Amino acid sequence: MTNYSFITLILGLLLGAGAPVMAGDAAADENSGSFYIPEAQRRFSDAQGCVEPTDEMRINHMEYILDQRDVTVHEGIRTKQYSLVECINCHVSDAPDAPRYESEEHFCNSCHTYASVSIDCFQCHADRPLKSSGYQHRSSINNGHAHTSADAAEVTREQPQVMANEGTGNE
Amino acid sequence: MKQQEFKEISGGKPFYMVLGFFGLFVLAALGSAWYMEHNGHWVTGMNNQIVWGMPHVFAVFLIVAASGALNVASISSVFQKTAYKPLARLSGLLAIALLVGGLAVLVLDLGRPDRLIVAMTYYNFKSIFAWNIILYTGFMVVVGIYLWMMMERKMNRFTKVAGFSAFIWRLILTTGTGSIFGFLVARSAYDTAIMAPMFIVMSFSFGLAIFILVLMGLYNWSDRPLGDSILFKLKNLLGVFVGSVLYFVLAYHLTNLYITRDHGVEEFILLNGGIYTSLFWIVQVGLGSLVPLALLYGPSTGQSRGWIGIASLLVIIGGLAQMYVIIIGGQAFPMEMFPGKEVSSAFYDGVVGSYTPSLPEIILGIGGVAIALAATFVGVRVLRFLPSSLADEAVDPHYPAREAEATA
Amino acid sequence: MSEESNIDIYRRRFLSGTASAAAGLAVAPGVMLTEVANARPADQAVTSEVRWGMLIDTNKCDNGCNDCVSACNEEHNLGGFDRPGTDAQWIRTVTLKDKQTGNVQSLPLLCQHCEHPPCVDVCPTGASFKREDGIVLVDKHICIGCRYCMMACPYKARSFVHEKLQDQMPYSPRGKGTVESCTFCVHRVDEGITPACVEACTAEDHNAMTFGDMNDPDSEISQQLERYSSRQIRADLDLNTGVRYRGI
Ligand code: SF4
Ligand code: SF4
Repeated sequence: MTNYSFITLILGLLLGAGAPVMAGDAAADENSGSFYIPEAQRRFSDAQGCVEPTDEMRINHMEYILDQRDVTVHEGIRTKQYSLVECINCHVSDAPDAPRYESEEHFCNSCHTYASVSIDCFQCHADRPLKSSGYQHRSSINNGHAHTSADAAEVTREQPQVMANEGTGNE
Repeated sequence: MKQQEFKEISGGKPFYMVLGFFGLFVLAALGSAWYMEHNGHWVTGMNNQIVWGMPHVFAVFLIVAASGALNVASISSVFQKTAYKPLARLSGLLAIALLVGGLAVLVLDLGRPDRLIVAMTYYNFKSIFAWNIILYTGFMVVVGIYLWMMMERKMNRFTKVAGFSAFIWRLILTTGTGSIFGFLVARSAYDTAIMAPMFIVMSFSFGLAIFILVLMGLYNWSDRPLGDSILFKLKNLLGVFVGSVLYFVLAYHLTNLYITRDHGVEEFILLNGGIYTSLFWIVQVGLGSLVPLALLYGPSTGQSRGWIGIASLLVIIGGLAQMYVIIIGGQAFPMEMFPGKEVSSAFYDGVVGSYTPSLPEIILGIGGVAIALAATFVGVRVLRFLPSSLADEAVDPHYPAREAEATA
Repeated sequence: MSEESNIDIYRRRFLSGTASAAAGLAVAPGVMLTEVANARPADQAVTSEVRWGMLIDTNKCDNGCNDCVSACNEEHNLGGFDRPGTDAQWIRTVTLKDKQTGNVQSLPLLCQHCEHPPCVDVCPTGASFKREDGIVLVDKHICIGCRYCMMACPYKARSFVHEKLQDQMPYSPRGKGTVESCTFCVHRVDEGITPACVEACTAEDHNAMTFGDMNDPDSEISQQLERYSSRQIRADLDLNTGVRYRGI
């Protein structure tokens, strides 16, 4: 373990949560094998992996999620870019045996364990995408809310939302 | 009369043994809290019908008693009864300790005790509960300052002002605690304004009963003289308070009986509520009020320390029973949503809610008492809370003038 | 289509709000709440111009019908642990028998989404709150699990989560130690779709539940409310509930 990551580890331990666990240069040696971060299932775009540059997300993802959480819960704003559900949809496999948060194989926990960060998000939130848990959404939006898979049929589920946006756009 | 001398109690092995004894209960309570928290509340007797259970009975009792324990100090500083002055410090200490014990139980029972910080940073100012959090914190500060004024000679002249603030504060505090229930319009047992004054009188009585027991216990343990004159004053006062609580209980039920809508709940508590009816008549009214009254004013029992102790203990037991009837009985009675209809559902509508207190809940509650006692015990060990003698000649009530001069 | 290009379409849609016109054809077969063009865009906050409400015609409720309840349990995965005392119930069917006449009827009881909700008034942290559009929710991020709201609710509409949960629905987070109640399926309403219970009731052809905007005079619920007499449960408390009943 490099000195740097040891210090961040201690910092993480001391601060318990929210410590900027890895600054840019530590992120650079992400493949050096100090710990394992699962690959995301999909890329956000050709140019970019995540919804913000990876370094930014590594340091500040909790800020984005926190802001989104408040506007979603209290104001019903359901944009998807920073929604936790979307994080899970991209970063956790929807295979039935996909790792749960408790496992270090889980995307979130792979890093949180390393940085000794403890979070309680997944006491309430699903730690896997909808499909993997074996339950099937019976409602008319028959493949669940906001589950974005790369599979073409599923993308149509975004329709009502898209049309809503379009509607105002035209006014 | 000579200046009252205050001294710490002695430490050493016996002290740590007593402390360890309380510590065991506190540990057990922490264990129970962890167990409830780890498994979720289904391991307790509480459910979706009876949402507040045994921990709340103890917590509310302790919080109410806390404000009452301050009584003795108020009487001395606010009402200038010098005879009570030597007891004022202990009274303040006990008040804080009981409050800490009660709050600990309340917090440890939360669904998310780990979010205590949330409770203190997010406030909904419309909520009586949130106001209570402020009142409780404020109470500790105000009483703390009051104690400081009493114990620091240079500050003595502010004692009266501080005592007065503490007195007002605790009246508001108990009103607040009573209003936690009084504002619940949904439930017929609670929706009444008399709840707040009733809680104030209850606090007088429970607080004083605990005070008497703690006083007797401490003086016995530390081998210091405790004269009859002060003790008898306290027990006469306790008698008055117990009588007033009884009066308020009567008024509460009479008002409810006057309101036809509330006949159901009255019948439930007074006649056919099973455990709640028994607790009300046998423990609260009988053992907890009438028997102690007889004991305190009985010509021979009223002169005996043993019986005074027993009477105080009975008042406490009666008080816990009263809390149980109010908190749990009030929830068990089905809510009246459809007048004139028999209601049934898979969610226990229309039936009396069932509740069996579980062991961890009870241990948690007792742990709160242990925290309060342990804190008091440590308090009198490290600071000068206790007069070295409360023998009749040391308390000397015949020279109030000189006493007042000394503090003025 | 390749994976990459799909993601791009998805990305374009949620970032810019533009999509191909063809996409508009594939409307989900749910009960839409508003004309699609009037739906609230995802990035705009709810306003008090809308007040969501529900009208339940108990005459149409068959005794013993539980369709709305099962729909809710399924939608929010309220499976339970076979412990009726502590299992969550967001909506339940209540059977009423008139003490005088012996008439028996049944009706669904859920959070009434009060305009003046006692649960919100008492909540110490503000976790219980009312959205601008009248939906009463618990912000489980700040709920401390004190259960004061359960003491205060006149309809026993709330449940405390008594044990550890897993596999919650992604759109309906719920967890141990916090209090919850009917959300009016806010995740669906925000997408312009009726709550799951209403959908089930309609799908089974009972048509006992009508959901809509009580502030919009043209909505079906407003028209029905105007035409027929309806009642609030415990109207004496003046809570101006969002759920109204016919036939009780
Ligand atoms: S019905 Fe109960 S939970 Fe729902 S808003 Fe009213 S008081 Fe709150
Ligand atoms: S249980 Fe949660 S939502 Fe209910 S009053 Fe307490 S903090 Fe508020």
